[in-house]
Formats: sequence, C-alpha cells, structure tokens
Amino acid sequence: MQIGVLALQGDFAAHERALRELGADVRQVRTPGELVLVDGLIIPGGESTTMLKLLLEDGMAEPLKAFAATRVIYGTCAGAILAARVVTSPAQFSFGFIDIDIERNAYGRQVDSSIRRLQPEQEFIDRTGPGKLEAIFIRAPIISRLGEGVRVLIQDEGTPVLVEQGNMLAGSFHPELTADRRVHQLFLDKVSKSTG
Amino acid sequence: MYLTDEFRLKIGLAEQLKGGVIMDVTNAEQALIAEQAGANAVMALERVPSDIRKEGGVARMAPISKIREIMATVSIPVMAKCRIGHFAEASILEALKVDYIDESEVLTMADDVHHVWKHPFKVPFVCGARNLGEALRRIAEGAAMIRTKGEAGSGNIVEAVRHMRTIQKEMRELTVKGKDELVVASKELMAPLELVQWVAEHGELPVPNFSAGGIATPADAALVMQLGAQSVFVGSGIFKSEDPERRARAIVKAATYFNDPVKLLEACEDLGEAMPGLEISKIPAEELMHTRGV
Repeated sequence: MQIGVLALQGDFAAHERALRELGADVRQVRTPGELVLVDGLIIPGGESTTMLKLLLEDGMAEPLKAFAATRVIYGTCAGAILAARVVTSPAQFSFGFIDIDIERNAYGRQVDSSIRRLQPEQEFIDRTGPGKLEAIFIRAPIISRLGEGVRVLIQDEGTPVLVEQGNMLAGSFHPELTADRRVHQLFLDKVSKSTG
Repeated sequence: MYLTDEFRLKIGLAEQLKGGVIMDVTNAEQALIAEQAGANAVMALERVPSDIRKEGGVARMAPISKIREIMATVSIPVMAKCRIGHFAEASILEALKVDYIDESEVLTMADDVHHVWKHPFKVPFVCGARNLGEALRRIAEGAAMIRTKGEAGSGNIVEAVRHMRTIQKEMRELTVKGKDELVVASKELMAPLELVQWVAEHGELPVPNFSAGGIATPADAALVMQLGAQSVFVGSGIFKSEDPERRARAIVKAATYFNDPVKLLEACEDLGEAMPGLEISKIPAEELMHTRGV
C-alpha cells in the first residue's frame, strides 16, 4: 500500500514525516503518472489558490476526480478547501469531493492563528485512542455547512474541524505539525480498508 | 529550541509557504497579478530592490496605505519589510496585521549593531542570512523563517547560490562532529550551542529555509530549489521583466516542478526579456545589500 502526498505547494514535507513515523510507504505526487501509483492521497495545507492553479493548468484535475471516485483522500486546510462543495470569502472553484461549504481565512490573519486542545467525538476516540487532541489552526478556514451524511469527528465549540463522508476526510487544522498521530492513523486505516 | 505555542504557530505558517514563490509587489494591481499567477504570498513594498538601488536614498517600511490596499486585494498571505533593528516599524506592521515581517537588508539599516528581538511579537519574522552563523543568530532572536540573502535587485543568482551552498555545507559539517567539537563550532559560528546541537542532530535548520536575492528566471528558481531552498522569494525579477504575468506563472511552475526538466522547459518558453542583470563585482562595496545585518 502506497500513500501519496500532493506536493504542488504547501506543507507536504510535514505530512510525509508524519506518515513515515507510522511506517507508511510514502511518495510525493505532482503528476497524473505519480497519482496512479498511490492508494490514498493527502492534499496538504498551503495556499489553495496556488494549488488550484497548478492542478487546473497541468492536467491534474480530471485524474484527481477519477481518483476521488474510488480512493481515500484527506484534505487539510487548503486541501479541505479544494475538496469542499462550495468555497466562500472569496468564492473560488472547488472539486466537491465532500458535501461541505467552507469559508477561507475565516478566523482572520496570521496573528489570529492559534493552538487549541480539543476533546474529540466518541467515534474518533473509539477508532483511534483516548485523550484530547492538539489542533493547530493557521489562517484556517471554517467548515460552515455540513451536507447530509457528513459526520463530525472533532469539533471546536460547535464548529466542525474534522469531518468524514465516504472515502473523504477533511479538516481545518494541521495534525502534521504536532506529535499526535491519531488523525493520520485514522486516514491510513481508511486507505487500508478501501484497498481490501 | 523555543517550541512554545507562539513559535510553533510562526513556523507553522512558514511550513504552509513551502514549495512556492513569494513575490515582491508595489501596488494592488501587481498583487492581483501575483496571486493569479499562483504566488503563495506577496511582499508589499514601496520600491522593488532594483529601484532602491537605482534611486538611492533611505529605503524605509512601505507606506501603510499601500500595504493596506494590497491586504484588501488578495486572499493569500501578505508580508511587509521593516528596516533591520527597527522594532517600532515592526510593531506598526504587527498592528496592521500583516502575516509576516521581513526584517530586511534590502531596506536601509536602522541599527547597524542590533536586530529586532523578535520573540515577543505575535507576528512571525523572516530574516536574511549568508551563512549558518547568521541564520542561527537570527533564529536565536526569534526569526521563524530564514531566507538566504543573495544580492537583491541584481538579477544575478551567484550570491544566492553561494549563500545556499554555504549554509548547506556548514550544516552537513556539523552532523559529523562530536559533542565537544560542537562547543567549538558554536564559538566559531558565533551561534548559541543549543541551536548548533539541534542542527547537528537534524541536519537542517529548525525553521524553513527559503532563497532570495537575484532570482530572475524559472531556471534560477529551479537551481536554488535543487540546492536545498524550500521556496523562493522573487523581488525585481518579475515586475522588472518584459512580461511579468507570464514570468510569474513560469517561476511558480519552476518552484513546483524544480526536479522535472521537461516541465522546466515548458516554463521557459516565450517568456520575453528577463530583468537586466548586474555583475556583482561592478557594484560598489557600500551599495551591496547582502553585507548588511550580520
């Protein structure tokens, strides 16, 4: 089982490190040829406008849609923005892999970034392990609407910050920048299950 | 290391900016061109380095109205420069809520001895460095991102290459030293032992390391990325070229596909003229920017 991290721009190196710590076989993905080699994909944080530009201009959009139809994708921050159904503030194209609306930079600018310790939902704890989770929000978006069938795995005072629907995971914070590996483990478990 | 929540948040934004291009812009129109070309951040300033060089005089923090106009125009992070040691300019930029402050040798130094003590600020700082000692001193002061200095406004990549190679070589050398030798290295680098030990153990800086100063073509960007830069800053190279829009897009592509010669070739097609370049040895010593703020 090989795991890909989309490496067009952003904090892909931190995700690679996190996945390697869990013993995963990881590769960077920049082209359609590299995408077909992996069983699951992380779309990292970074600037969604930059990634979108590169995805659309270099022939990655259709292969990514085809991949999402059958494989597991986890989008963090900018990755969640790309995967959402509707993006606001400002509006921009997104792939709609998961039925959520998302508002960009909704907490404010960098001086409004924060680290919070959150109590995950019981389902997350059952699937990964107990304890609060350290969540780093950096110029983070807010998941502003959940479609039917989207489940909340972690929330922050009523705002969903990690959600799941089918093969998709989307989150507004950065677990790759902490030592807690439960979110990445959850993603790997999903990929493993999807490949039978 | 200073792994407080505050410092981790500062480094965290730098992590998000990896694998991309931060572009110098002097107005909202240029900022929009940069964002649409795929810049992952813009640097708001009054004049690009090549104009500062040409026009001379004292170069200061950009006018607030200009930075504000740029912040209102784009959704990507906006950085702004303060003079070396000018903590009052820095505090004003923080109050303005820019996303990153570049304490930059491109502006005239406000203090020729001290840099800003950056830890108490909530906004993160990036600082220039030519070698490992400079980089670690800046990190000790609280910089959450390093960029090699290069020679800004020269359109000549040679200093950027020298500085990146120097830092990489000095880091490699530390990784094979014994504990007692690291104490000597700390003395020679004029850098805190704690940071020297960290680099020796990890083989890299504790904060992201980007490249700046002299990048004028997609090939220049690919060169410094292959030498170990994790992103590039492009100053005069874009808006002093014949076709800024195309060149901006091309350099973004080069920063992503820096290891893919076919994609790089595509990026280099039909770019128009690059900015005019300067031979470093022809620049009078007192006009060199990279020797400021060591």
